[in-house]
Amino acid sequence: MDAIVFFLIQVLNGVQYGLLLFLVASGLTLVFGIMGVVNLAHGSFYMVGAYLAYALTQALGNLWLSLVAAVPLALIIGLLLELLFRPLYRRDHLYQVLLTYGLILALEETRSLLFGDDVHGVPIPPALDFSVPLTADLSYPVYRLWISAACLALAGALYLVISKTRIGMAIRAGAANREMVQLLGIDVGMVFRIVFVAGVVLAAFAGMIAAPVATVYPGMGNAILILSFVVVVIGGIGSIKGAFVAALLIGLADTFGQVVAPDFAGMTVYVLMAAVLLWRPAGLFGRGT
Amino acid sequence: MTALTRTTSRRRMLLGVGAAGLAVGSGFVPARFAIGQQAKVKIGLMLPYSGTYALLGKNIDDAFRLAIEEQGGKLGGREIEYVTLDDEAEPAKGADNANKLINRDKVDFLVGTVHSGVQMAMLKVARDNEQFMLIPNAGLKEATGSLCAPYVFRTSFSNMQPGLAMGKVAGERGVKRAVTITWDYAAGAESVDGFKDTFTKAGGTVEKELALPFPQVEFQSLLTQIASIKPDLVYAFFAGGGAAKFIKDYAAAGLRPNIPLVGAGFLTDGVLEAVGQAGDGIETTLHYADGLDNAKDKAFRPAFKSKTSREADVYAVQGYDTAQLLTIGMNAVKGDVKARKELIAAMEQAEIDSPRGKFRLSKAHNPIQDFYLRKVQGRENRVVSVAAKALADPATGCATA
Repeated sequence: MDAIVFFLIQVLNGVQYGLLLFLVASGLTLVFGIMGVVNLAHGSFYMVGAYLAYALTQALGNLWLSLVAAVPLALIIGLLLELLFRPLYRRDHLYQVLLTYGLILALEETRSLLFGDDVHGVPIPPALDFSVPLTADLSYPVYRLWISAACLALAGALYLVISKTRIGMAIRAGAANREMVQLLGIDVGMVFRIVFVAGVVLAAFAGMIAAPVATVYPGMGNAILILSFVVVVIGGIGSIKGAFVAALLIGLADTFGQVVAPDFAGMTVYVLMAAVLLWRPAGLFGRGT
Repeated sequence: MTALTRTTSRRRMLLGVGAAGLAVGSGFVPARFAIGQQAKVKIGLMLPYSGTYALLGKNIDDAFRLAIEEQGGKLGGREIEYVTLDDEAEPAKGADNANKLINRDKVDFLVGTVHSGVQMAMLKVARDNEQFMLIPNAGLKEATGSLCAPYVFRTSFSNMQPGLAMGKVAGERGVKRAVTITWDYAAGAESVDGFKDTFTKAGGTVEKELALPFPQVEFQSLLTQIASIKPDLVYAFFAGGGAAKFIKDYAAAGLRPNIPLVGAGFLTDGVLEAVGQAGDGIETTLHYADGLDNAKDKAFRPAFKSKTSREADVYAVQGYDTAQLLTIGMNAVKGDVKARKELIAAMEQAEIDSPRGKFRLSKAHNPIQDFYLRKVQGRENRVVSVAAKALADPATGCATA
């Protein structure tokens, strides 16, 4: 294949990867930025989503049905976990790290008891289970394109909610100045609950729709957790727009890193992070201090 | 007089309490006081019982105990005490964990582990303490290469071996241009080295060695590169969840019809349920396969299944053979672990009747074994042929080999 086609396909690969990263990281940046909670268990919520998709697809025989059933379940899990987090909102980050690290272990062990330690697969829905040929030898799975479309739609929806609605206003205000918002009579506790549950549901949803291409296996949340933190830090803590741009940047950097400098592929995203932080210490769209 | 009696009786009572304490502490009184032969043999099982490799660790552990139970639950006539330790497949904790078993628990035999990084740490500690160690999986070349030792044995494979076998097969088929792909870590690099060695000797060329950081699973960029190079064959080394994802992504990228995918056996072991149709027809090389025609395997698989209600796999076989090797050694010295020279000699000369087929050990203590060419058919790695007979690891850098 010629260089232009090769380049364009790699851009597609990068954007597609970036969009999925955004979906996971958006929840993290909301929880981290607005509530000030360091949530190490965020990757585990991604894993929970993937295993929910696996279990429900087995039971219901169809990914679409299982998505319909799994999102409310994720919502309930989010509400229950929020009860655990509530006493820690005003505590030091160390307490939150301890709790969320404990959650990682607890969720992994629960997973091990319920599903064992095997690798599992979730079948791609038949309607999307085909590939479009790009070149003579390479084709692109349509399901991946659908994931990208779903991520884009969710990104748009998140943007609208946060910038155009009352609750979005309260969320932004709560992020900027918690005390003032409370003084104005807004129920910050409720805002936090919504944000936290939204964070859990976003991560779990990412796990659900990624399950058919990612396969479902122990520890799958750990790798995505680290990248999500990188996205949040590059984008600026609490900024959805920043997370979007950063996720795309990381997707592209990782993809082209493997082409241009394969020996340093493991470093590219971290070099990018270091460069961004030197240039803008609060991240691309962070509120500078 | 009365005073004296009282002191005596008090002293006696104290003695009694002390003995009772000892008895509780050791669990089994006679073992504590008996000399030599009657004390239990202590076996330290250091394996991953949690995390990504938990299933591998469990299979090794269960099959090890199964082999011991099958011959009456003893080693050289002595009862066995197991000490298990979860190494979490965490290299940073490897040295500490090995030290605990060796210096705190004073195990006679250290058995472990799965992860090569942890094994490296164990290897160093074992050498410092001249600790008898048996390796049931980790394939790092140093264990039976530059860091080989008379008291270190391996019953599994070296990372190079499956690659050597597959390179030979590809060469014999007249494949000219290949691309290799793996994680950027020692096990992957050694496996690829093995493939390259026999493949280039047979006249083939490796056009490109692709690698991505462990344990990343975003393969699209590399798959695009494979499509642009258009090799005759792709040799892959992945395992577990990463292997499952790679197989699915490779198929979804439409590469399968034109560019055959082959690999070390770990690519298709334990992931066939997960990959479904995408796995069909993939060929791999390994020292074990489904559908082997030998009596030992036909007895072993149902026995393992009835003990654990899981299907046996290559890891179970390796755990089983570790116990078999140890049994041969301990029987030869009648349970006397102090007779180290004789113990080692017996194990070096052992022929192990394994479910994988009979095998012996090289001078560097790595199995010289047949490697099977296997093809994925209906969720099984069916044996096609013997890819390489009595294949040995080169044992580069081992002074005793």
